[in-house]
Amino acid sequence: MTVAEVASLSPAAEKIRSQLSATPLSDRVEVRDLDLPTLEVSPADWPALARHLRDAPESRFDLFLDLGGVDNLKRPGAGTRFEAVVHLLALSRGEHLRVKVLLPDADQPALPSVADVWPAADWFEREAYDLFGFDFPGHPNLRRLLCHDAFVGHALRKDYAPGQRWFFSEADMRMPAWALEPEERGHFETQTLSVGPSHPATHGIIHLVARLDADKIIRAETQIGYLHRCFEKMAETHTWNQVIPFADRLNYVSAMINGVGYVKTVEKMLGVEVPERGVLVRTILSEFSRIMDHCVCIGANLVDIGALTNFWYLYQPREGIYGLLEACCGARLTVSYVRVGGLAIDVPEDFVARCRGLLESIPKFLDDVDRLVTNNRIVRHRLQGTGVVSKEQAIAWGMTGPMLRASGVPYDVRRARPYDFYDRFDWDVPVAQDGDNLARYLVRMEEMRQSLSIIRQALEIFPEKGPVNSSDWHVVLPPKDAVYHDMESLIYHFKLIMEGIRVPAGERYDWIEAANGELGFYAIATGAGGPYRLKVRPPCFPNMAAFEKIIIGGTVSDAVATLGTLNIIAGELDR
Amino acid sequence: MFGKDKALPTYDPATDTGGVADFLTTRLETMVSWARSNSLWPLPFATACCGIEFMSVVSSHYDLSRFGAEVVRFSPRQADLLIVAGTVTDKLAPVLRKIYDQMPEPKWVISMGVCASSGGFYRAYHVTQGIDEIIPVDVYVPGCPPTPEELMYGIFALQKKIVSGEKSRDSRSARAATGSASGVTAAPPGQPEHVS
Repeated sequence: MTVAEVASLSPAAEKIRSQLSATPLSDRVEVRDLDLPTLEVSPADWPALARHLRDAPESRFDLFLDLGGVDNLKRPGAGTRFEAVVHLLALSRGEHLRVKVLLPDADQPALPSVADVWPAADWFEREAYDLFGFDFPGHPNLRRLLCHDAFVGHALRKDYAPGQRWFFSEADMRMPAWALEPEERGHFETQTLSVGPSHPATHGIIHLVARLDADKIIRAETQIGYLHRCFEKMAETHTWNQVIPFADRLNYVSAMINGVGYVKTVEKMLGVEVPERGVLVRTILSEFSRIMDHCVCIGANLVDIGALTNFWYLYQPREGIYGLLEACCGARLTVSYVRVGGLAIDVPEDFVARCRGLLESIPKFLDDVDRLVTNNRIVRHRLQGTGVVSKEQAIAWGMTGPMLRASGVPYDVRRARPYDFYDRFDWDVPVAQDGDNLARYLVRMEEMRQSLSIIRQALEIFPEKGPVNSSDWHVVLPPKDAVYHDMESLIYHFKLIMEGIRVPAGERYDWIEAANGELGFYAIATGAGGPYRLKVRPPCFPNMAAFEKIIIGGTVSDAVATLGTLNIIAGELDR
Repeated sequence: MFGKDKALPTYDPATDTGGVADFLTTRLETMVSWARSNSLWPLPFATACCGIEFMSVVSSHYDLSRFGAEVVRFSPRQADLLIVAGTVTDKLAPVLRKIYDQMPEPKWVISMGVCASSGGFYRAYHVTQGIDEIIPVDVYVPGCPPTPEELMYGIFALQKKIVSGEKSRDSRSARAATGSASGVTAAPPGQPEHVS
């Protein structure tokens, strides 16, 4: 239905429809009511709609979350072959919105760039160009982002074979054109510095090319994709449960949170409820994972600025948490502990005692680091006032999580849209106002303490006994004992293993608060055993996109300190 | 040994033999390889999850320095052990090859984790299906990621290999790599290579 028609919509969709009806776009935008209010628009009207959504006082969708392509080649009943799916967030109200730009031309799909409306769109559009071949007229720097420069074709199109590789040699490696020309400025000759891809300060593998005037960075460009291991294509070739190990390897520093985020999306599509005990195990281990993530972020950042000792202090809590995870599921790092509908196995008998032991020991390490670092003069010199991101910049660049909160925006998914039992716990959202590296360090330190408080409260309501899995055998594997003795259970087991879970056709965007910010999964199901399309909204991707803008005017050493506080996890950045 | 009533032996430098035996017989190569095996300087080429587990190995809990391999160097010029920890993509492959070429001889390579060893479960369009497509490997450590104990075991295995005098370019993967013209087993430019 078009906006002009009146039909029964959910209140959220109805509100957007009525706002649009006063604009010239009213009869050219379709409003649909899926899991989120969804607008469908043609490429020609997309920039006008984008400006309306961002600027109109009653909409104010100021944070650009995600843009991903969809190829409908093998999807029954779809309209155009290609569509670009955008997710937006209105920070002031915590409301999400989906916009689908339907691309009528299947041979040369194109839509205007909105990088001038939301600067965050820049890298997302490059990614869609790379993986789907969408053209974005008006984009300032449209070239491949994730795949290498000798790549042929567009990997996420449905007619691209998942294993099709292309030879890439050193001769094909590309430097930005501006970096190759000598440049004069006054009597100093500027020089170009190439940091990475393998460099101790690049945290995994990224490549920074910077032009220096004396020791100030005047221009910079980052190149990523060195760990692009095709998560989204792999998801399309596996069943819903088989995607969990891949999802765990997105942000491998806090693997549990990724798994939880992914299965929650699938569970909502299925309408499956997880028992209280299972949800609490997920919450407790997620919060422990958040602590691990922040420990590595702060520890590695301090190593980069020359404080190696703190890394050892911060690594001890991690080893403790590794022990807990190993007791639960047998793996330390990439746990693969969640399943759609619950957990792989129940927690060990001494789970609560182990958690309480960690709650005793971790604060001591945090206090040690606090005493060693927080008022340390060198640390203050390196972190205070460097890498400043203002509130407006953080929003424009699409940042979420600790980055956004350190710039003074109190947006935390656990508070804005409490999932699981987060509304039952009493905890604070730490916010800092300065937006510099020190603010981000302080926010992370406080978040670890808040996570400990959440775990403490979760343990108080943790049921001693009870199931951790849903008993819907269409989704969860029946107990092994029943499989061996009961024909019906054997059939369920067989169907789940051989065909996967039958998720009803539809689409869903669901989001949780990961250690780096809002982690979203946009899944499309066609009723088959695996996802038709799975798009991740990686929280550190917009942070990294902004890096080349944040460091302008600072020194290289400031850039190193800033990169540490951005907390780039290559698995999540490049997917 | 010495009772209260016995005087301690006096020290006479003229008769000092400096210990029970003041010489030992060995071959020079044996002594050198013994020294090399116990003073490895690893370069962690940490790309992904395995790199985080490598951090555990060198941290205080597992403490790799007990086995003489803790002097982590980020410059290939100063390292003799390349630990490739994590997935290597086609985009990164030339970088890895260059780093290997920059390391002075003698040099060894440990492939940590299944991604580095075989591509792991990423049978995908952008993932190198094992670093032995590009460089010779001495020790493959399985696991996704390997536990710290597994990596340590891999380092012990490498130490034995160094003592035995076997060179990395004698390894099976090195022979396979030199079989092709360029030392790289991927397809020539412009031609697709089919995997999976």
